[in-house]
Amino acid sequence: MNSAKASLKPEISADFDAEKIRADFPILKLKIDGKPLAYLDNAASSQMPQQVIDRLVRYQTTQHANINRAVHYLSEVATMEYHNARCKLQQFVNAREDREIIFTSGTTDSINLVMHGYGRKFIKAGDEIILTTLEHHSNIVPWQMLANEKGAKIRVVPVNDKGELEVDEYEKLFNERTKFVGLIHVSNALGTINPIKHMIDFAHQHGVPVLIDGAQAAPHIIIDVQALDCDFYAFSAHKLCGPTGVGILYGKAALLESMQPFKGGGDMIASVTFEETLYNTIPHKFEAGTPPIAAAIGFGAAVDYLAAIGIERIAAYELSLLNYATERLNDIPGVKIIGTAAEKTAVISFTIDGIHPHDIGTILNQDGIAVRTGHHCAQPVMQRFNVPATSRASFAFYNKKTEVDALVAGIKNVQKVFL
Amino acid sequence: MHTNSLYQEVILDHNRKPRNYGKLNHANHQAVGHNPLCGDRLDITLQLENDQITDIAFQGESCAICKASASMMTAAIKGKSRLDAETLIHEFRELATGKLDINHPHHLGRLTVFSGIRDLPTRVKCAILPWHTLHAALNSIASTSTEANHDSAHKVSSKS
Repeated sequence: MNSAKASLKPEISADFDAEKIRADFPILKLKIDGKPLAYLDNAASSQMPQQVIDRLVRYQTTQHANINRAVHYLSEVATMEYHNARCKLQQFVNAREDREIIFTSGTTDSINLVMHGYGRKFIKAGDEIILTTLEHHSNIVPWQMLANEKGAKIRVVPVNDKGELEVDEYEKLFNERTKFVGLIHVSNALGTINPIKHMIDFAHQHGVPVLIDGAQAAPHIIIDVQALDCDFYAFSAHKLCGPTGVGILYGKAALLESMQPFKGGGDMIASVTFEETLYNTIPHKFEAGTPPIAAAIGFGAAVDYLAAIGIERIAAYELSLLNYATERLNDIPGVKIIGTAAEKTAVISFTIDGIHPHDIGTILNQDGIAVRTGHHCAQPVMQRFNVPATSRASFAFYNKKTEVDALVAGIKNVQKVFL
Repeated sequence: MHTNSLYQEVILDHNRKPRNYGKLNHANHQAVGHNPLCGDRLDITLQLENDQITDIAFQGESCAICKASASMMTAAIKGKSRLDAETLIHEFRELATGKLDINHPHHLGRLTVFSGIRDLPTRVKCAILPWHTLHAALNSIASTSTEANHDSAHKVSSKS
């Protein structure tokens, strides 16, 4: 597809200039109760720049039809643009081939695909699956379901008091029964960046495949699946300034080919009779039904937008915000930061003595400050640190220092209300 | 609405100095309530004699809204009949979800300080958890959850 190649050039360009970048995000102009919005819940979902919004509008107004089907003009355009989006994601994670990128509904769907497609076929009674304490529920529950079904066992890597994985303990968990590793790249609850390259290599020495949950990493760290040599890598568009309802699963082609389909339906077949169905080749084997075409194309525009700014520059800027915020929060008596790993993304989970996170969140909201409060779908992390819940401020490249200042003032106000 | 109106002095006071906090040693009814969305947990113990709630206590890990709601609930419910308690449970639920017309006769008294919660849908369950748990205790349901499939409190309230 020549035309696909031509449009692989980023459609969007941008310069790193905090104010200029903020101008790309219409939602950041909102006022909440008359106060300027300080959106510090980016680990839950990030906001969408006008460039991506425009791309969705252009698709919907001039390019939409169903894909891989009809011979008419719109179907061909939509099919090509959907394929282009796949190629953009292939480039974004540096996959060897575009057929190694499967569009899913998001990270959770990607992990469930691997559980059903790989796990149900290859994991047997007595086998062991290694997960870590830092996993999001989405990388725990599917494996528990599988373990219960097959009579397999889950082994868990512990974390130290800073929220870092105990890699020595991880290595000790391996034995001849170990058949799979599920590993979160960056902790959504604490921001810890895990040493996944080393952990993948170690698993491979034992012939064990590794799935990386990259939902929190992809917006902040350059992902190179060939350099990592991971077997699967999953993330969602909506944490990378893209739409909800779409994500990807990267999988090594040979592994994907060996797997059974996850969902049955249209598009994933080569031929169907009532006696037998021949499955389509990858990636189509795993994309049953009409996919989220518009969202996938928006996803492509979103990674273009991020790539144009540069993930490394984004990471450097976010690190400066993290350091500033960590320093300011550490200065407030009664505030405790949970998760102090040496390597972190711009996520700060914190508690305030004597004040429940939900009360903190509600009172910060009246100052226009959006933080997440709760267990962050990571209850094992909360149990490890003996807290029922935390408040979490998570920063994106469009946040600024004055928003950190607003958070600090907001926290002091919370303490005043509860004095 | 402005959230300041929710964190009123009466609520903050009950949060600081919760009434009837603890566990009854000789309770004949008890229940544990969970809010799985935030990990909150509340224990309610009560003494029911001839359909009269003679004593009640609560304890647990929760936010200020939940704790104040539990504190004010125990104060309001002590000495009441089971039927009166169920009426209050129903009315409080209606208040928190914005279905109660405060101008019509009701029995909530100072509990109407929680009326602002209806504008904060994510916090409604915090205020309701103690009432949900009280209902479970009165009906000998050992454990309940704000996310329970069988919403027993609702079933009863829709009958009344």
